[in-house]
Formats: sequence, structure tokens, C-alpha cells
Amino acid sequence: MPLGEDRSPLSTTSAYNVKAEVFSSLPIKEMEEIAKRLRRHIITMTGKAGSGHPGGSLSAVEIVTVLYFRLLRHKPLDPQWSDRDRFILSKGHAAPLLYAALAECGYFPVDELSTLRQLDSRLQGHTDRTVTPGVEMSAGALGQGLSFAIGIALAGRLNSQSYRAYVLLGDGECDEGQIWEGAMAAAHFKVDNLTAIVDNNGQQIDGWNRDVMNLDPFNKKWQAFGWHVIEVDGHDFTQLIDAFNQAKQVKGQPTVIIAHTIKGKGVSFMENNPDFHGKAPNAEEVEIALRELE
Amino acid sequence: MVVLDADLSRSTMTQFFAGEFPSRFFDCGIAEQNMVGIAAGLAASGKIPFASTFAVFAPGRCFDQIRMSIAQPGLNVKLVTTHGGISVGEDGTSHHCIEDLSLICSLPGFTVIVPADAIETAQAVRVAATSYGPFYIRLCRPKVPLVHNQDYRFNLGKAVTMRQGKDATIIAIGLMVSAALEAADNLKREGIDCRVLNISTLKPIDEAAIIRAAETGAIVTAEEHLEHGGLGSIIAQVIARHYPVPMEFVAIKDTYAKSGKPAELLQRYGLTAKDIEQGVRSAIKRKVR
Repeated sequence: MPLGEDRSPLSTTSAYNVKAEVFSSLPIKEMEEIAKRLRRHIITMTGKAGSGHPGGSLSAVEIVTVLYFRLLRHKPLDPQWSDRDRFILSKGHAAPLLYAALAECGYFPVDELSTLRQLDSRLQGHTDRTVTPGVEMSAGALGQGLSFAIGIALAGRLNSQSYRAYVLLGDGECDEGQIWEGAMAAAHFKVDNLTAIVDNNGQQIDGWNRDVMNLDPFNKKWQAFGWHVIEVDGHDFTQLIDAFNQAKQVKGQPTVIIAHTIKGKGVSFMENNPDFHGKAPNAEEVEIALRELE
Repeated sequence: MVVLDADLSRSTMTQFFAGEFPSRFFDCGIAEQNMVGIAAGLAASGKIPFASTFAVFAPGRCFDQIRMSIAQPGLNVKLVTTHGGISVGEDGTSHHCIEDLSLICSLPGFTVIVPADAIETAQAVRVAATSYGPFYIRLCRPKVPLVHNQDYRFNLGKAVTMRQGKDATIIAIGLMVSAALEAADNLKREGIDCRVLNISTLKPIDEAAIIRAAETGAIVTAEEHLEHGGLGSIIAQVIARHYPVPMEFVAIKDTYAKSGKPAELLQRYGLTAKDIEQGVRSAIKRKVR
């Protein structure tokens, strides 16, 4: 049987194989350790695969860590639990980050991370909801995740379910017109059980956003579209947790957290280097990176 | 069940659902890509979304969204588009959808239905609502004659033999089914005995019915769509693989139609009973005796 046909969550060698449905008490110090583990996974996975997107995975590590290990109500051993909070990775090229988090939560074995991008692996180059336990959306075609998350949030409201939808967007991704169609609709439908997070690392494939396609004034754009806007340092756990909690209190409108981040964060030669948007580190670079992440 | 529209609810007639069930109706404004994405998210959360707009805007406007948000994950979204083909009329090229069947049939996992009349449409919608997976139902704008009786039962994936015949088979979809019946009547007077199939499920295609049709020795397809990539191409593939016989294709020939009255356009671009009759004569001439 090809690996892809088995969607069942397997037993795991994860250090955080927590069977409970919430991780809400995890202290920040431990989250820092998890973040480091996720970064090491991203480097190792993409290095072994020989391709992939380390830069935009590394920039969102703290955002994803806070969500999966502190905020989301989810059950790694029951990925289809109907009351789970939903996390939609719209910037699907950050798949290595999501896979690392899911594995560390216990959705599938950590060992499986080494199969990234291989034939028959459950860990496709961009996310595929039909094969990977815990993956909510088949993403990779940028711009589609916000609309998808609005649909999920609306269904929750229609069903009187209390779950929240979280969607992680790239800042470069916000070049796509569909994002702004979604931004308009989320405000119009008053989808307040939806939180969008923009991984605002300032760069896209061809360089700095301001040179490729200027997004400024970014904050004002979201405000003008009817969103509650919070800006934070996207690598600061306390600020992220506060922002997510504040978003839950906002009624009658959606919230966007603009998280200021550094592309390639944590690895000196990858930081703010657009070369590592879609290029994997070679063996020597993996070694240096892992040393920096000890 | 929830219904979505993109500011065309008074043309697609989703306004009736909106009036009856306002909390389960979402008008997404003139933003089809977003509508398709929202529909996918609703389906991923257990709803049965019906999303409707003109065919030219979905799949035309948002093919990638349909591909990645609906088709690849196999989500339970029903796209019901209206204003397919050139019988839209005076609105002209921008509103004539003549490529949608090619686009949507290219997506693995989609079930594609082109009903021939109102009776079949109502039943196809019911079948789509109660069958899991992505569906595309293509409707047209003008009133079309009823070709089915009130007791007709739509059978997903099965061609309907509208008329028995042994000299050739006309395989048609949508409003071309009634033109095919008219053509068969006219040809009968010439002594040509035509079978007529309404193959309303375009995907998955009823291969067995097509192979049986090939036994008549000649096949003519009739569709309100470009010649490339629609019904004719799909039938030709089955015929080439299983039972090669002469074929003719009544369809729009690699061009864009202009403004005009629906009947004028159907005539100008070769989509009348007369064109089907011509196709049958031509195919029969090439029969291998």
C-alpha cells in the first residue's frame, strides 16, 4: 500500500506526544525549546529532500508553535474531531514547518519527516489534505486559504460550534486579488470566529516586497477592509499569545494579526536572504545551521 | 445544504432559495474565486454547498480555485452554472461560455452533467445533493422544450436512448437534444433511421452506450460548446479506442460568437437540426460497408 493511502494517526516517537486535547498550560520556556526543534526539523527535512522552502518556514515557527502547543483545541490522535480549532496553512510552501509541528504533536511519527517530498510520502512538497493527518487544506496555489477559512468559520457558525478558524498567510501572498475578495467578505459576513495571521517577513521570491509589489500601508489596508488589526513581533511568544487572546474577544468583525518576522529566522546565513525562499540548504549548510540551532 | 452566488442570484434564480432560507444563503458579490473557496471550506466542514454563477465565470474565472480548493481534495461542492453556450444571445462574446466543459472535464474527480430540459435539471440537482463529491451542472439561459416526460428518472452516468434507430446515432447534450430529435424526425422522411442519445452525464461517460451506438456505423455529436475538448472529443476518444466508425461533430468551430438573438446565433454557428442532419448524411456516406 502506498504511504499516501493510510490516513490514520500512528503511534509516535515525539517528545510531545500529548494525548490530551489541549496544550494550554505549556510555559514559554518549553515553547522556546519546541521552536528550536521545529527549526532543526525544517533544516534537516529540506536538506535531505534537496528542495523545499526553508525561509518562509523558519519565519513562522513561533506563530505555529503558539498555535499548536498552546492555543488550538485539537486532538492529534483524532484529527477529524468535529469541534477542533482549524489551522489552515494558506502559504502552503511552509509545509515543512506544519509537518514538523504535526509530528511533534503526535499526528504521525517524527521519523516520517525524513520522507518529505519523496515518491509515495504522505509529506508532499505542498500540503495535501487527502494524505496527511492534521492537514486541513491542499494549499500551495497562493491566495486560496483565506476564502477556505471563511467557509470553515461560516460552517461553525451555522452549526453553533464553538471552534475557531486560524489561517496563516504570507505577506507576499497578499499580492493575490483573492485575498482581498476574502478580506471584504469576512468583514461583510462578520466572521468573528476567524483569525488571520500574516507572516510579515517582508520578502517574496524576487526580493523585498517593497521592490516587487509594495503592500504598504498594510495595516491600513486591512483596517479599511473592516478588520480588527493587531501588530506584533512574530518571534515574541508573549506578544503572540496576547494577540491571539485579544482576537478571541473581538466580536462582529474578523481579526488579523500582522506578525513582523524575519525570513530564515534562526539561521544566520538564511536570515533576510531571499535565496533561501525556495532553495534547500546543502549538506555543509545543514551542518552549520544545526550547530547554530543547538 | 447552503447556497452561494456571486451577485447573479436574480439570473441564476438562487434568489428563490435566498428568500426561503436566508441564513443558508451567501451572496459573495462579484468575486467568484472567493465564492469557490468559501464553498470548499463549507464542504470541508460537512455542509453541502451549491455555488452558482454564469458558466463563463466558473470555471472560466476561477479554474485554479476549483482545481486546488475543490477537485484535488475531492470536496463535496456542487457548481451549478447557468448561461452556458452561445444561446445567452445578445450579451455577446464575454458572456458566451463555450469552453467550460473542456475545462471542468479535465479535472480528475469531477462529475459533469448537462441536463437536456427542466425535468432532468431538477432531478440532476437532487442527485448531486445526495451524492458525495464535486459536481458540475451546466444549464443554459433560454427556455428549452421538454424532451422528457414527468415520470422520467435521471440515472447518473447512464445515457438515455431518446429514439431507437439503426442507420446512425446522434449523441447530444443540453438544448441540442431537442435539435437532435427534430433532425431525426426530418431524416426519417429521407429514409434514414437515426438513434438519438441524450448523454447528460458527460463525466463519467457511459462507454457501453457509446460502443452500442457505434454499432449503427456512424456517430454525430451535438453540443453547444467548442468542437475541441467537449462532448465530441470525449466520444471520439471512446470510439477510437473501442469501435472506430465515421464521426461528425456539430459544435462551434474554433471561434468566438458575436451578439445576436439566440436562434440567430445557433444558426450562424452551426448548431441547428439542419446542421445535425448534414452531419448524419456526411458520416453515413463514409460508412464502411
